[in-house]
Amino acid sequence: MTQPSGLLTGSDRLLDEAVRKDFPLLDRLVHDGKKIVYLDNAATSQKPRQVLDALNEYYERHNANVHRGVHVLAEEATALYEGARDKVAAFINAPSRDEVIFTKNASESLNLVANMLGWADEPYRVDHETEIVITEMEHHSNIVPWQLLSQRTGAKLKWFGLTDDGRLDLSNINEIITEKTKIVSFVLISNILGTVNPVEAIVRRAQEVGALVLIDASQAAPHVAVDVQALQADFVAFTGHKMCGPTGIGVLWGRQELLEDLPPFLGGGEMIETVSMHSSTYAPAPHKFEAGTPPIAQAVGLGAAVDYLSAIGMDKIAAHEHAITEYAVKRLLEVPSLRIIGPSTAEERGATISFTLGDIHPHDVGQVLDEQGIAVRVGHHCARPVCLRYGIPATTRASFYLYSTQSEVDVLVDGLEHVRNFFG
Amino acid sequence: MKLDSMYQEVILDHYKHPHGRGLRDGDAEVHHVNPTCGDEITLRVKYDGSRIEDVSYEGQGCSISQASASVLNELLVGRELDDARKIQSAFLELMQSKGQLEPDDAMEEVLEDAVAFAGVSKYPARVKCALLSWMAWKDATAQALGDPAHKETA
Repeated sequence: MTQPSGLLTGSDRLLDEAVRKDFPLLDRLVHDGKKIVYLDNAATSQKPRQVLDALNEYYERHNANVHRGVHVLAEEATALYEGARDKVAAFINAPSRDEVIFTKNASESLNLVANMLGWADEPYRVDHETEIVITEMEHHSNIVPWQLLSQRTGAKLKWFGLTDDGRLDLSNINEIITEKTKIVSFVLISNILGTVNPVEAIVRRAQEVGALVLIDASQAAPHVAVDVQALQADFVAFTGHKMCGPTGIGVLWGRQELLEDLPPFLGGGEMIETVSMHSSTYAPAPHKFEAGTPPIAQAVGLGAAVDYLSAIGMDKIAAHEHAITEYAVKRLLEVPSLRIIGPSTAEERGATISFTLGDIHPHDVGQVLDEQGIAVRVGHHCARPVCLRYGIPATTRASFYLYSTQSEVDVLVDGLEHVRNFFG
Repeated sequence: MKLDSMYQEVILDHYKHPHGRGLRDGDAEVHHVNPTCGDEITLRVKYDGSRIEDVSYEGQGCSISQASASVLNELLVGRELDDARKIQSAFLELMQSKGQLEPDDAMEEVLEDAVAFAGVSKYPARVKCALLSWMAWKDATAQALGDPAHKETA
């Protein structure tokens, strides 16, 4: 790839800026002709033409319901839907395609596991004599389902706290994860702090006590190579729309023997083998967990997104984002009164940077940035316990992706200077 | 510049120099939050019969939510409840106008500094910020004066 001049000084880790041409939205002008600077990728990514075309082509040429009917369209739609499952399985290095369950989003994937365990028989069953372990840096989607399960079963909910520099405090890991622990569920890369968590240490302790491990990879799968076998987890959840795919499609990967043993959650068409008025038997996984007409076009779109990301290469994307993150951390720390909430270096962190700017409320920061065409997220980012932990009401969050550039970081830094002057 | 229509000088003044901030003695206290962004306010009302003796508050939030609480204090303290309700509904109407309402002299007479929030009504994400303290006042008043509808849910 040829490097554009000027922008990429001294770095061969950055992707060619030509990648931006694949994303029509990045040409959008806002607020009287200002070019959009999209730095809200942790909320959702933009979509490449290749994904938009796949969605269109599916609806224009192949649309039908899946797994039923013998007509040509039904067969094509089924092949495309199941083909997307193959692509996702390969993308995360799943040992079997049958371990990939399509859901609506990562929240549904996490809720699905919580409900499987609530209704499970021994040895998986979560009840009043057992414990659930999460962390203080989870997204609300990996807190609330466990609170619900805890309230319904009487199981004790425990969590790892955070260190002052935005990392998990594992100093008391043997007291947190014990023989009573049934499930440990934690985020691979934090959506608010950007922290990359130490999977191995947590998984090793969980395995010692025979607890299951669920990893929320929502902020990881779009940005780094996720290998479910290397992670050694029992379940991995992520969502499609943050990784160039459409909304309405998520993934739960689970180890095959667990998916065979654990009970279904949603009942309906598609997930059954035979049904009588008295009882039913269930289809094998993954269909056992996919009741009703699935998000077919969305799965096809996710398959196209996976193809797109794989063609560029997840290692190259990770290297690009790491370079952008190094540059952004350095530039942001030059802004007076700016405090990064989370690791203040680019090591073991993803391309999501939360910060406060003096006493200026993030809402006001975000509003003045928006006027300059800069899209960031402000608020507690569905991780309110993190804000409470660091004694702040909210943060401003800039999050980058494969199409982010160093010059966009510069625009952000200039924009923050403008914010300081505006409220100064 | 469009931003100036939201961040009027009056609003920034109230934000930097808030009126009546701090919690004082009251007949009722409420705590309201804006769950989408984390703005919070604790607000107390004190009544002398039907006259508002004090509205005191403490909170954290953006300039719009904080300035709005300050304007509320300035406008409502010392008023009769009926007048205060008229001001509250005029402010609500202005904030729900999506920028379509150009405040006239009559409205300006009722709302005084609060007409400066007209520009905020163009920004849907920020209308809740401006209304936070006003909704808290309405709730606290219902509690303090024993609104029967409120008692059932309290």
